[in-house]
Amino acid sequence: MSNPLALLGRAAQYALLTLAAFVSIFPFFWMLIGATNTSADVTKGKASFGTALFDNIGKFFTTLDVPRLLFNSFFIAGIGTALTLVISSLAGYGFEIFRSRFREKVFAGLLLMLSVPFAALMIPLFIMMANLKLINTYQAIILPSVASIFIIFYFRQATKAFPHELRDAAKIDGLKEWQIFLFVYMPVMRSTYAAATIIVFMANWNNYLWPLIVLQTNEMKTLTLATASLISAYVPDWGVVMVGAIFATLPTLIIFFLLQRRFVEGMLGAVK
Amino acid sequence: MAQSQLARSEQINGWAFILPALALLGIFMVYPILWSLWMSFQTGRGMVMSFGGFTNIVRLTQDPVFIRALTNTLTFLAIQVPIMLVLALLFANALNDSKLWGRSWFRTAIFLPCVTSLVAYSVVFRSMFGAEGIINQMLLSLHLIASPIPWLADPFWAKVVIVASITWRWTGYNMIFYLAAMQNIDRSIYEAAKIDGVPAWARFWYLTVPMLKPVILFTTVISTIGTLQLFDEPNLITLGGPSDSTLTLSLYIYNLSFKFMPSFGYAATVSYVIVLLVGILSVIQFFLARDRRA
Repeated sequence: MSNPLALLGRAAQYALLTLAAFVSIFPFFWMLIGATNTSADVTKGKASFGTALFDNIGKFFTTLDVPRLLFNSFFIAGIGTALTLVISSLAGYGFEIFRSRFREKVFAGLLLMLSVPFAALMIPLFIMMANLKLINTYQAIILPSVASIFIIFYFRQATKAFPHELRDAAKIDGLKEWQIFLFVYMPVMRSTYAAATIIVFMANWNNYLWPLIVLQTNEMKTLTLATASLISAYVPDWGVVMVGAIFATLPTLIIFFLLQRRFVEGMLGAVK
Repeated sequence: MAQSQLARSEQINGWAFILPALALLGIFMVYPILWSLWMSFQTGRGMVMSFGGFTNIVRLTQDPVFIRALTNTLTFLAIQVPIMLVLALLFANALNDSKLWGRSWFRTAIFLPCVTSLVAYSVVFRSMFGAEGIINQMLLSLHLIASPIPWLADPFWAKVVIVASITWRWTGYNMIFYLAAMQNIDRSIYEAAKIDGVPAWARFWYLTVPMLKPVILFTTVISTIGTLQLFDEPNLITLGGPSDSTLTLSLYIYNLSFKFMPSFGYAATVSYVIVLLVGILSVIQFFLARDRRA
């Protein structure tokens, strides 16, 4: 049918993708296998399912206060995400709907700050939190990330597609600006909110460096942080570490499989 | 008069909507970044600091650990970002084919790593790269190596592990951007090139790549910024070692501030090196991409 060269190209294409898919998925398998094996077997690279799963889960729950960790993680990520969406979508909407030359300059300034590395903020932020006696609190984790330039930008881009007629009609009906935002804009833009929720929640859930600095006692730690601390033991129990890794990955993995399209849209959103 | 009243209410509303965000950004971003600049001219231990002028900058040039952290960070940048972006482009190109069987399955699989948390994947990778770990077992059984590689105990191989890890985590993320951009390219261009007998590699190189230039620039910039701030992986997989061979600037700043007796002023100076690098590299990449178009 087709020439041998094209056939060879086809084969190379499948070989490349199969290899890439295998490499991408293998660590997930390894995590599952590891959770069923003893620490010694994980270290030795035993590549088959073992019988230590319940033992590992048991040890995971006795070593760590898992319900408390889950609460901390969900609380921080949940409240953080809700606040980020409100504050940043208000700003994104404001920048796009009410334009002025001066505000455009402010916006350009924000874009410039988009690349400010967190490493340059963490020391002053830490001292600030220490002065405010907020070390080891939820506020210290949540507050610095609530105004997200990335999400402001994301909402401004999305607002360009928000029909102006809706706003005009609502105005004629006598709605105030905040009412328009709350009762017209937010419902209309719900898919934008959904996509933003996914990316912000994931970023909050996975955050490591800032919680590592600010959260200092075990009862305040997040699941991610506690999982990381499991390997700082002199001889880590790898089976238990794998159980922790599964717990830390599961929420975002579930969100991904349930809302795959939104998930990808959210990641691409700011570029379009 | 009604007109000016309207304009005034627009102004008030315009500021009201963005004010909460601006206030928070002022407190948690503008103020800290300026404070950190001020701090970089301070010396002293802990909270007791005094003005030191250029002492910290002089210390930078004489600090072998800083030089190592800087070299390591730039090495990761120069090696990891190109490898990852080329792979992402190749995968995207291979997937951008409507006749491909199992297309969405491949796409999901390659994208999956960027759903994991950095901490979770880092601890998993650390367990895989042990001396007797699964990676060595696999390479040995495939006869690709004759004896186990000391992944985490050797300075060179530890760097390889970090590069491999970041590439695993982020290639799919970049691929998604390329794939989305490729799907916006008009198919008829490819049909015309095919009829003219342009081979597949040339279609990729002379048609696809130039048209993806804005996206390639975007991914290069965000990958550069990300790699310059590398912290989680070296802190969890290699602990910055062995003998500082995977110590990055961010990790060094963390160590200076929170691990030993805090040296906030000097740490702030090191953090400004990252600020400068991010700024310079972003500008260079921007101009490189613009020049090639002309």
